[in-house]
Amino acid sequence: MSFDVAKVRADFPILDREINGHPLVYLDSANTSQKPRQVLDVLREYHERHNANVSRSVHTLGTESTSAYEGARAKVAAFIGASSPDEVVFTKNSSEAINLVAYTSGPFLSLGPGDEIVVSEMEHHSNLVPWQLLCERTGATLRWFGVTDEGRLDESNLHDLVNERTKLVSVVHMSNILGTINNVSRIVARAHDVGALVMLDCSQSVPHLPIDVAQLGADFIAFTGHKMLAPTGIGVLWGRTALLEAMPPFLAGGSMIETVTMEKTTFAPPPARFEAGTPPIAEAIALGAAVDYLCAIGMEAIHRHEMEITGYALKTLSDIPGVTIYGPSTPEGRGGTVSFGVDGVHPHDVGQILDDLGVEVRVGHHCARPVCARFGVAAMTRASFYLYTTAEEIDALARGVEQVRKVFA
Amino acid sequence: MIEQLYQEIILDHYKHPHGRGLRDPYAGEAHHVNPTCGDEITIRVAVDGAQLSDISYDGMGCSISQASASVLHELLKGLDGPRAFRVHEAFVELMQSRGQVEPDEDVLGDGVAFAGVAKYPARVKCALLPWMAFKDAAARAGVGVSPEVTA
Repeated sequence: MSFDVAKVRADFPILDREINGHPLVYLDSANTSQKPRQVLDVLREYHERHNANVSRSVHTLGTESTSAYEGARAKVAAFIGASSPDEVVFTKNSSEAINLVAYTSGPFLSLGPGDEIVVSEMEHHSNLVPWQLLCERTGATLRWFGVTDEGRLDESNLHDLVNERTKLVSVVHMSNILGTINNVSRIVARAHDVGALVMLDCSQSVPHLPIDVAQLGADFIAFTGHKMLAPTGIGVLWGRTALLEAMPPFLAGGSMIETVTMEKTTFAPPPARFEAGTPPIAEAIALGAAVDYLCAIGMEAIHRHEMEITGYALKTLSDIPGVTIYGPSTPEGRGGTVSFGVDGVHPHDVGQILDDLGVEVRVGHHCARPVCARFGVAAMTRASFYLYTTAEEIDALARGVEQVRKVFA
Repeated sequence: MIEQLYQEIILDHYKHPHGRGLRDPYAGEAHHVNPTCGDEITIRVAVDGAQLSDISYDGMGCSISQASASVLHELLKGLDGPRAFRVHEAFVELMQSRGQVEPDEDVLGDGVAFAGVAKYPARVKCALLPWMAFKDAAARAGVGVSPEVTA
């Protein structure tokens, strides 16, 4: 069955909008995705029919709410191939998921001077800054993989970089700025050989690719709901059961305890240990609905559609004089996120003129300033795609870029 | 609408900036960045008696921030502190007006072209970046930040 993008688009009310008198061309899904009616309906129905706090009420609404919340956890677990729903910790977003590991791994891994943490130059700030702070707190050393001219991870010094001093490697699975999908198999193998843990920032990959944590081989992954058709405020940390069980709490408060006396507290097993306070219940349930929606279409089909759109975008953009594409130049081993520059025009100006034509892209350093620095620019313009993106929208982007060149000629 | 933002005057100042480049000697310098987009500007203020004898700058950023620095140089160089800050105040007021203030060309010169920018809240900070850096550089040069202080 071929992918019916028109049918998909009909599920997204916002795509009917006009912006500055033009049909909305939303090319900023790497930033946040739009939401289908099926997810919005679940949000509303939850608040209208089932709203109650979870895990603490004996009444009917509380039971319904808890069952829907835990049901969402099971859906997410199945979606990523987790061996148990207990391996899925709900967080606020990817940043919180990464911080959870970064904060607990100091004591958990007994980090100190001489230990090393490895990241890459391709990271979103959310997978860089928490590790910088961890190293500051513990005296451990931060090291990183470089990025090649083609926009891929430079693994040439893998054996030097990941060594017996390495305690944890945390790298991005798919770059939010270059679109690169990193084949992490060699890094995972090397890290495990030297006894280091591996965390993957899957914020950009889980929404767009079929992901199986068993296949990835990592110990932790982080991703966020709002980039995969769910609302903001809900993210996920997946971790191996044995590791989560050994980790100390991160945030403390309600729901994460076993028994509390005035002197001392013992803690609940994971995932509850890491979910202090009332969680984003409706958002988690809506994430479950988003997973249902994605599964009904099929992640393979979504990925194939995005590959097609990406191939077309790479070709269309590179045919425009004065346009430079950053990152892999073919759709193989990359996702539907294409960053580019227009000669002599600052990305802010590119984005402004595109917006005037209804084309919504992101401009700036994309929370990945070291990547911009690596390619010698202060900022980039980024177009990013999803299951609802059409070839006509790529054409609209190209017309917009031509207009940019005209204004700044 | 977009033509109000990218007026010819602004594009001219962007493509052919006036007084660009950092010069010595100077009495005060400030470096400002816009953390959300990475735009940067360094401004130096040289003083001769009561007069701002030179305002030199360098930076990278969008057309709005760079043209704004060029216009600032044109408008403020050679003025004394109180007069410079009257222009400064008028420019800031214009930028914060959301398009509701009619700019005075006698005070703002080419700066009136930025009236359209005020209608784009996301771009106001671009236009203000050099002006905020100037304020700091001037303070470091010992030039008062308001007419009252220098009077």
